[in-house]
Amino acid sequence: MSIKFEKVSYTYFPGSPLEKKGLDNVSFKIKEGQFIAIIGHTGSGKSTLMQHFNALLKPSKGRIEIAGQTILPTTSNKNLKELRKHVSLVFQFPEAQLFENTVLDDIAFGPKNFGYSEQKAKEKAWTWLTRVGLPKSVANRSPFDLSGGQMRQVAIAGVMAYEPDILCLDEPAAGLDPRARKQMMGLFSKYQQEGHTVILVTHNMDDVANYANDVLVMESGKLIKHARPAEVFKDRSWLKEHYIEEPKASLFASKLTNFTFSNTPLTIKELVKGIENNLKE
Amino acid sequence: MSKILIGRYVPGNSLVYKMDPRGKLLVTILFIFIIFLANNWVTYAIITIFSFLAVAATKLKAKVFWDGVKPLIWLILFTSVLQLFFTTGGQIYWNWIIFTISSYGITNAIYIFIRFTLIILISTVMTVTTMPLEIADAMEWILTPLKYVKVPIDKIALVMSIALRFVPTLFDETLKIMNAQRSRGADFNNGGLIKRAKAITPLLVPLFINSLETAVDLSTAMESRGYRDGANRTRYRILKWSKYDLYELAYFIILVLLLLVFRTK
Repeated sequence: MSIKFEKVSYTYFPGSPLEKKGLDNVSFKIKEGQFIAIIGHTGSGKSTLMQHFNALLKPSKGRIEIAGQTILPTTSNKNLKELRKHVSLVFQFPEAQLFENTVLDDIAFGPKNFGYSEQKAKEKAWTWLTRVGLPKSVANRSPFDLSGGQMRQVAIAGVMAYEPDILCLDEPAAGLDPRARKQMMGLFSKYQQEGHTVILVTHNMDDVANYANDVLVMESGKLIKHARPAEVFKDRSWLKEHYIEEPKASLFASKLTNFTFSNTPLTIKELVKGIENNLKE
Repeated sequence: MSKILIGRYVPGNSLVYKMDPRGKLLVTILFIFIIFLANNWVTYAIITIFSFLAVAATKLKAKVFWDGVKPLIWLILFTSVLQLFFTTGGQIYWNWIIFTISSYGITNAIYIFIRFTLIILISTVMTVTTMPLEIADAMEWILTPLKYVKVPIDKIALVMSIALRFVPTLFDETLKIMNAQRSRGADFNNGGLIKRAKAITPLLVPLFINSLETAVDLSTAMESRGYRDGANRTRYRILKWSKYDLYELAYFIILVLLLLVFRTK
């Protein structure tokens, strides 16, 4: 199966003086089961695009095919639960969505909404509590007693607990320390390898280089590039023109002027290998 | 998303936008009083023309003003109909138990209709062309004399501005949390009353916690920048009286004079 956008446009406040195009004629097709990154500047339409994946926003024009369902401008607001069970969104700073008395109840909220029995929901909650890296001892504490990083983990566990086929994340690691970031990205990568689709909205090009196998680049509501990371980061002048950063590894490689690299290294691993090759010669 | 319409402000840059909010607020309040000067067809015609010219001067679409009148249209019609059936006097055209349609009733109903509509139109002119924070500043200025009877105008104004400032923030936050909970399968639109009331907990708890956190952050930020209660401080938005306000005042005085001349004594 694949996710398909056909000429999707979205207009904010249509007909008012504040009318603004959020998405402008966006078309693409991505295979499920991949790790997809969406990059672009603030206001480029990334978040608008993301909210189309589970019909929180519906296109003003065009059609979307996702998780075996079709979303049209006329799609009714009712009966979207089935779609949202399969396609789920984690917003920026998701710790703001916690509300239950205990961590475990909060994680079980999603599964219960999607029809899991009380028993099964609790089971899932335990599983994901540990999978996101939280100690078992926090399960019966109030989520508001935890540290910021742990609250983030609870919120993410709350979404992953019903195991959506397509998991969309908006800057999930923003504000985390490097270790927590690495741990969290590893979690998503593993989730994708288990056969789910992960869609990541990010500003961090190293995450794109390390994990993604497909990249969508947005600019002022338009999709300006859809390619593999190696392809996206190949053209340095194009990147400069669109103010997109390079991954650290490729930036480092570009400073080593007396070294030659057959392929621009994107990850630290590739960089190390490239340097080794140069030193051998 | 922070560009959401706060209150009913609609961005624009016509003549009315350049006017001082204090002038606009005063004229709007006075307008509600002087409309009672009109008491015959000529004066009603004059005030209607003046009002519509003011509406036209904003250079906004008619829809903006229709949106202002729309929520109150039933109230206006209801009041007019009451006048129509319960006013007696003049020539009587129709009578049934306590209901009477008389010539006085008809004119009164029409007058009330015009009066109501014009008041709403003129206040809409003010609210769509003036930002809420400007209105708050203007209100502070108008209330200044109360300082002398020990009313804490500064504090009231501060509370008012902070409240207004955080309306869009809260709105954004609500939308965000709603979307997050919807993604987790929460349903805010379906089900009976009890189910819906329950469904709102996942929305209210985070919203309260966020608001309290924002309030604490704000007070910390204000104190660390040296905000002290009761100190005299300069203003960020300085209101200036300009030639446009003179036009406005002149326009208003001409209207009052015309009404005084043509009204039935």
